[in-house]
Amino acid sequence: MNTDSRKESTSPSSLRLVLTLAIAGLVSGIAIIGIYESTLPTITANKARELREAVFKVLPGVTQMQPLVYRDSQLVVVEKANKDEPVIYGGYDAQGDFVGYAMPAAGPGFQDTIAILYGYKPEEQIVVGMEVLESRETPGLGDKIYKDAAFVGGFSALSVKPEIVAVKKGTKSLPNEIDAITGATISSKAVVRIINEAHIAWVEQLPAPGSEPPFVLAEPAGNGAGQ
Amino acid sequence: MDNLLWIFISALLVNNFVLTYFLGLCPFLGVSNSLETSARLGLATTFVMLVTAVCAWILNTYVLIHAPYLRLICFIVVIASTVQFIEMLIKKLSPALFRAMGIFLPLITTNCAILGLAIFATNRGYGFWEGIVYALGAGIGFTLALVLLAGLREESELSNIPQLIKGTAMNLIIAGILSMAFMGFAGLFSTA
Amino acid sequence: MNKNESYEEFIKGIWRDNPVFVQVLGMCPMLAVTNSAVNAIAMGMATLFVLVGSSFLVSSFRNLIPKQVRISCFIIIIATFVTIADYTLLALVPKVHKELGAFIPLIVANCLILGRQEAFASRYPTRLAVLDALGMASGFMLALFSLGSVREILGDGALFGVKLFGENYEPWVIMILPPGGFLTLGVILLFFNWFKFKKDEFLEDVAAAERSGN
Repeated sequence: MNTDSRKESTSPSSLRLVLTLAIAGLVSGIAIIGIYESTLPTITANKARELREAVFKVLPGVTQMQPLVYRDSQLVVVEKANKDEPVIYGGYDAQGDFVGYAMPAAGPGFQDTIAILYGYKPEEQIVVGMEVLESRETPGLGDKIYKDAAFVGGFSALSVKPEIVAVKKGTKSLPNEIDAITGATISSKAVVRIINEAHIAWVEQLPAPGSEPPFVLAEPAGNGAGQ
Repeated sequence: MDNLLWIFISALLVNNFVLTYFLGLCPFLGVSNSLETSARLGLATTFVMLVTAVCAWILNTYVLIHAPYLRLICFIVVIASTVQFIEMLIKKLSPALFRAMGIFLPLITTNCAILGLAIFATNRGYGFWEGIVYALGAGIGFTLALVLLAGLREESELSNIPQLIKGTAMNLIIAGILSMAFMGFAGLFSTA
Repeated sequence: MNKNESYEEFIKGIWRDNPVFVQVLGMCPMLAVTNSAVNAIAMGMATLFVLVGSSFLVSSFRNLIPKQVRISCFIIIIATFVTIADYTLLALVPKVHKELGAFIPLIVANCLILGRQEAFASRYPTRLAVLDALGMASGFMLALFSLGSVREILGDGALFGVKLFGENYEPWVIMILPPGGFLTLGVILLFFNWFKFKKDEFLEDVAAAERSGN
C-alpha cells in the first residue's frame, strides 16, 4: 500500500524550496504567536497567584504585597522589576501597615540549587517563615526541608543575629539556632546558609525600621479594583 | 548567582547530563562501542555546546526578550546551523578527521543534550560566562560518561555474556550502575 | 478502505513495533519524566498531541513539500506543535508543567517523532498516517506508564499519589532517582528479550516437530 507520492522528476527550483520554507515558517509563527497570546493572561495570573500565596505563607498576617527594588541608593516600589534586577516583596496587613519583607534567595544545596522565599521582620531582626520554591534534593532525605513540618516551623521566630546556625536536632538553645533534619544535615545547613548569605547581601540596602516604603500599589485586577 | 566553579562541577559530575538528566542517550547507547569514536564524538559535542551556549545567550539577551515564544525554533535553527558549519570547517581544515568522524557529526544535531543545554541555561538565567562554563562542564561530562561506557563495553566484549542480556538491556543496566556511582558526587561542594 | 488494514496500522505501534521497547527510540525524555505515573501520562499525552498533529500535517502536505527541504519542514511543524503543547500545559496544569520542566520542549528532539514523519507520514495518505501516529503514541504512552508506575510503586510506595503499602513500607528510593530509570528500562528490555527468545524457541520446536512428524 505504498503510494509514494513524491513525483519529482526534475529537481525543484531554489525559489520553490525557499518559498516552501518561508510559508512553513510563517504559518508556524502565526500559530505560535496565537497560542502565546491566548495563554498569556492565564499564565501571568497563575504566576502572580503562586507568588502571593508564597509571600502570605512566609509572612503571617500579611494580606497585601508589593515588589521593591534597590535603585538610586534606596528601596523603592515598582510595578515590575527590570530583568536581572534583584527584587524583594514588602508585606502589608489589611490596614496597609508594614509587616515584613519576603525575600527570595537561592544557592547550592546537596544535589542542586535550592530556591527559597523567607519572611523577615527588620524591627526584631527575625526570620518569620520559610518556603522552599524549588529543590532537587534527595527524595525521602533532603526533600524533608519542605516536607518536615518541624523544620519549616523552626523558622517562625529565628533571630539572624549574628547569623543563623543549624545545630544537631534537639540541641537548639539560642534564638538564632534551628534544629537540622536528621539524615539531611547538608540540605538543612544549605537552607540556613542561603538565608544568611541573602541577609548579608540585603541588610545594607534595607531602610531603618519604621521607614519602610508605604503601601501604594493598587490591587491587581482580579481583586475587584482596577489597574 | 551561582558561582562559576559550582556550575562547572555540577554539570560535569554532580548533575551529569547523561547519567542524571538522561540527555544525549541516543549516542550514549548507540555509539559507545568504541573508545576512540566516543572520545571524538564527545569532543565535537562539547564544541557545539560551547557555540550553542554563546548563541543562546546572544539570542536571549537581544532577540528573544521581544518574542519569547520563538525560543524553541530559534534554538533548533542555531544548533542545526552550528553543526552544519562545523562539518564544513572540519572538512576544509582536516579531511582525515572528517572521514574519521563520518556520520557522527550530523547525529549531533538531534542530540537532545545540546537543546537541553540551551533550555536549561535559559531557565536558570545564566549570563555569558556562566553559560560558557556550563557548556564546558556539560560537554566534558557527556564525553566522560560516553568514554566510561565505551570502555566498559569494550571490556565486556572479551567476557562471556549470556545472549539474553546482550545489547541495549546490558548497556542500560551498566548505565544504571554508573549513574549510581555518580550519585556519590552529590554534596561535593557542601559546607558541612 | 480495508478495516483490518487500518486496525493493523494502529495496533502495530502498541506491541509489535513499540517505539520504546522494540525500536528503542525516544529515550531521552522517557527516563527523566517517568519517576511517577502522573508525569509519565502527562508526557505521553503531550507526545501524542505532537505526533498526531505533525503526522496529520506532514501527510496532508506530503505532495507539496520538496524532498530537499523536507527535514527542515518536519522540524518546523514539530517545533510548532511542541511550543503549543508547552504553553497549553503551562496555562492549564502549571504543577504538572513544573514537574516535567524542560523536557516538554525536548519533545522536539525525540527521534520517534521525526522518525515517524520520515518513515511513514510523508509517504502514506492522511488517514493511515494518523492511525500510525495514534498507535505509536499509544505504545509510547504504554511504555512510559509501565516505567512510571513501576518506579513510583517501588520508589514511593504509591501510584498516582495514592499510598499503596501503608506506613511501614520503606521506599526503594533509588527507583525514583536517575539510576532507577536506567535499571527499570534495562530490566523491562530484558523481559522483552526473554519473551522473544522463548517465542523463537517455541517456533523452532514447532518447526522441528513438524519436520520429524512427517
